[in-house]
Amino acid sequence: MKRYSAFAVAREALRYHTGWERAWRSPEPKRHYDVIIVGAGGHGLATAYYLGKNYGITNVAIIEKGWLGGGNTGRNTTIIRSNYLQDPSAAIYEKARSLYETMSQDLNYNVMFSPRGVIMLAQTEHEIRGYKRTAHANALQGVQTEWISPERVKEIVPIINLHGPRYPVLGGLWQERGGTARHDAVAWGYARACSDMGMDIIQKCEVTGVRVENGRVAGVETSKGPIDCDKMGMVVAGNASHLSEMAGFRLPMESVALQALVSEPIKPCMDVVVMANTVHGYMSQSDKGEMVIGGGTDAANNYTQRGSFHHIEETVRALVETFPMVSRLKMLRQWGGIVDVTGDRSPLISKTPVGNCFINCGWGTGGFKSIPGSGWAMAELMATGHSPLTEEFTIDRFKEGKFIDESVAAGVAH
Amino acid sequence: MLILECPYCGVKAEETELGAGGEAHLKRYGPGSDDDQFHDYLFMRENPKGVHFERWRHSNGCGKWFHAARCTMTMEVFGTYSAQTYEPPQEIKDKITAKRPGWSWREFSDASE
Repeated sequence: MKRYSAFAVAREALRYHTGWERAWRSPEPKRHYDVIIVGAGGHGLATAYYLGKNYGITNVAIIEKGWLGGGNTGRNTTIIRSNYLQDPSAAIYEKARSLYETMSQDLNYNVMFSPRGVIMLAQTEHEIRGYKRTAHANALQGVQTEWISPERVKEIVPIINLHGPRYPVLGGLWQERGGTARHDAVAWGYARACSDMGMDIIQKCEVTGVRVENGRVAGVETSKGPIDCDKMGMVVAGNASHLSEMAGFRLPMESVALQALVSEPIKPCMDVVVMANTVHGYMSQSDKGEMVIGGGTDAANNYTQRGSFHHIEETVRALVETFPMVSRLKMLRQWGGIVDVTGDRSPLISKTPVGNCFINCGWGTGGFKSIPGSGWAMAELMATGHSPLTEEFTIDRFKEGKFIDESVAAGVAH
Repeated sequence: MLILECPYCGVKAEETELGAGGEAHLKRYGPGSDDDQFHDYLFMRENPKGVHFERWRHSNGCGKWFHAARCTMTMEVFGTYSAQTYEPPQEIKDKITAKRPGWSWREFSDASE
């Protein structure tokens, strides 16, 4: 792999950009791999990357039914933060956030990590108490957050309306090192690094069956023929229930559509990420100038990647009160992604009833921010059979009542 | 936008008039049931790609709970029916079979238990 650098840009400029290589190979599948990862989104590619980088396992295939990064990795609002209440969540999300800090250097690929700061607005008395509690919890967890006054919020976000009649801004939980990154670049950067280590990324290859023999996965049936493996990782977000059924076990999970939309590009007006969980809207401004707005999840199961229109209406209605200037914006695009949600709204990174099959799913509405931490932990789990970061995120926690209850702690908008 | 006809008051209600109540026909286990059964009742969900049965409430209308049969891939509604039943009526099942031959769901809960 040729490294990307300022020198490379200069060199290619002098020869009409004829020397750039393809970022990753697109090989035909081999008959057997040590590890098969199903799902070439951020989480799957990160898992493969850290399997290679941290454990030297490079005979790996990453199988993807569509194109890489075309699922939720390409559909999220790119927010990165780690201000969670519960210790296990704070640990894995902070691991992820810290890996984002050095990801561009690590991958030699500019993922445009921008630690611009994330504010979660408190708009009710309950939220004030909740976020103060989270700030204290974060202090104990080593996650840098602070409770800030409404005046400080206004200073950081001049376009905000503090005194809305229905949703006044009463303060905020501020994480200065939270921010955004270029979502596609995260998938592309990992894919390039994986391919460079000799891993095969097999796109447009749908897994149609999982061959289980004597309680272990022997391989998968795909639209490009059967492929054998010693270990398998399921990292398929919205389709996790569907895939696990092929392997003969069920998951405590439901899939729903989550929506986002962007406005027309405007001049820079807000250089942080603002989340308002009471009204279920969050907004940041992309480098292109579009206001990127995240909405709510549908109430009922579906796999449509569209979402119900009235959720958009609710989100925008609330935003218009908090940010009056939004009322003058035209919205350009709207889309949906299928998120898989567990009973306690926390992910599963776990062994499964099938011996050599591991699962990483259930990130629900908060998957993008966790990509590197999730991949790091999943790789450790798959390579060594144990990872301290995943200890609490087992499938069995529902039976044991050991929930990681973030739907209450962090609000609904992740 | 999802539109369901309330089987009680006959109103064709759109989504904002309704409350979603999750999977229908969950089996409620009685005294003496074990941890696994209780776990399945609380957390295990069907989550199908295709035919699904759900509970809905006509919350901004007559206020009654009913059931709906729906496709999660296409958002097609096969029909709605009374919640006072252990499994979907035969006519709904026939309608689904006509449109989705070979469809399956988990076992419906059983009145005898």
